[in-house]
Amino acid sequence: MSFISSQKKDLFVHGVFLIVGASGIIILTLIFLFLILEGLPIFDVVSVRDFVLGKEWYPTDINPDYGILPLIAGSAGVVALSSAMAIPLGVFSAIYLAEIAHPKTRAVIKPIVELIEGLPTVVIGFFGMVVVAPLLQELFDLGTGLNMFNASIMLAFMAVPTITSISEDAIYSVPRHMKEGSMALGATHWETIARVIIPASLAGISTAVVLGIARAIGETMVVLMVAGGAAMVPESIFDPVRPMPANIAAEMGNVPFRSDHYHALFAIGLVLFVFTFLFNLLASYLSERHKQVGAATL
Amino acid sequence: MRSNFVRRRNQFIAFSIFRMAIFANVLALAVFLGFIAINGASAISWEFLTEYPRRSMTEGGIWPCIVGTVYISLGSILVAFPLGVGTAIYLNEFSGGGRWTRLIRMGIINLAGVPSVVYGLFGLAFFVLYLNMGVSLLAGSLTLGAFILPLIIGSAEEALRNVPQSYREASLALGATKWQTIYKMVLPAALPGMLTGMILGVSRAAGETAPIMFTAAVFYTGKIPTSIFDEIMAMPYHIYVLATAGTHIDQTRHLQYGTALTLMFLVLGLNLAAIIVRNRLQKRL
Repeated sequence: MSFISSQKKDLFVHGVFLIVGASGIIILTLIFLFLILEGLPIFDVVSVRDFVLGKEWYPTDINPDYGILPLIAGSAGVVALSSAMAIPLGVFSAIYLAEIAHPKTRAVIKPIVELIEGLPTVVIGFFGMVVVAPLLQELFDLGTGLNMFNASIMLAFMAVPTITSISEDAIYSVPRHMKEGSMALGATHWETIARVIIPASLAGISTAVVLGIARAIGETMVVLMVAGGAAMVPESIFDPVRPMPANIAAEMGNVPFRSDHYHALFAIGLVLFVFTFLFNLLASYLSERHKQVGAATL
Repeated sequence: MRSNFVRRRNQFIAFSIFRMAIFANVLALAVFLGFIAINGASAISWEFLTEYPRRSMTEGGIWPCIVGTVYISLGSILVAFPLGVGTAIYLNEFSGGGRWTRLIRMGIINLAGVPSVVYGLFGLAFFVLYLNMGVSLLAGSLTLGAFILPLIIGSAEEALRNVPQSYREASLALGATKWQTIYKMVLPAALPGMLTGMILGVSRAAGETAPIMFTAAVFYTGKIPTSIFDEIMAMPYHIYVLATAGTHIDQTRHLQYGTALTLMFLVLGLNLAAIIVRNRLQKRL
């Protein structure tokens, strides 16, 4: 009797955990649903084409324009520039930690680098405003130090630990016998790294890079405080820009509920969501392949 | 075959570049921490930490911001911890690894990648407006709770995976049911590991700005929140407001540095606590 009831109880418990386990999926679906519900109405006012490719973002004008091309260009600009800084820096650091550093040095430095990942982004943005901006302004004789270049530096600072930490795991987990085989054939340590270890961990390194870029696309506070906030397509790396997350954060506070402007900001959120979703899919695809790394893949 | 000299020189050049990369990272962090610490230290005093802002926030302290940040971080962990641990238990103890499990994992991975400002939009549309909670501690805690959920799930799953399989087998062999095994054997063994994730979750929630901008935080409120439907002040939002939106941006610079340093103390202190808990745990296993 008690046996049967405890079996029933187990079934019940299983059911409860099944529901709780679905919470992540439920939240993700709700996020998507509400972005659609609140974002799509803007397309009654402006066509999808004019929204995505329109060059004018004047949402508060009497005849408002809802073209987000300058915002997309701003996002693309800071992400590309920060990737150009963060990818080499992050991957090189990972190679150093996994291959060159003494195990004791690695044990100290790896947590320090990962500490950067936990820093509040608003403080990084603040640092970019009060320290880096005046420095750049003087160094390059600019009108304002709050621009695409500054934002890219701060974003790179944030993205490096993501790239380093995940790449390092991939490089560190390359089977030892592959490395020893190469060294035994007379290759130097560097030749072994370049021709054996990096090719073997390339899938993991690419995952790291994609996740680092995804983080830079979605990062809000840094670009809000440091990028300068001008909604125009940049012509130089020292132009102020207004990336999509910055635009949402800057304007959402003072739009009337369910106005066109409100819907337009949700539609930008939807664009942002789709972008990061695609990057994350790419990252999980790459890391699936990474699981097969081993002697057989070379 | 290139000469050994060239090969060794190439290695030297490559390794020097790698050393410089890691040095640049550590140097950047040191400069960053140094600036905040030196400029913030002079602003922090007992009064700064315990007093209310005065003269339209150009003087006085940040007490309401500290309280707000503590409340909302605890609120979000109250939301995320049960859900996160429950999900981890389902994934690690119940699920068979079929299509449904893959779907759940896919959802969590993508949830972790959703930009923080999109969480803010979601919180505004769903909690604040649709569920009519208003800009409140409750709406902000739920939004931030959703934001840190993937982190909690990840660390709880790791903690469960580290529990030796023999624990479960021994318990089941003695006739315990699955639930009894989880509740009496697996969870107690995994709890310290989950605690690490919980501390990291609080730390992440405390430092985050974008998810609470439209859901919980306001420029100024003269009182400490007394109900979950009150709006709050929070340190990250306070820094943002003082640094960008005031008419006295330069005049309040010391307040900005002081708030930044206080926030960093809290966030890094929690990180440190998590590392200590984790190290103790590793020693014990």
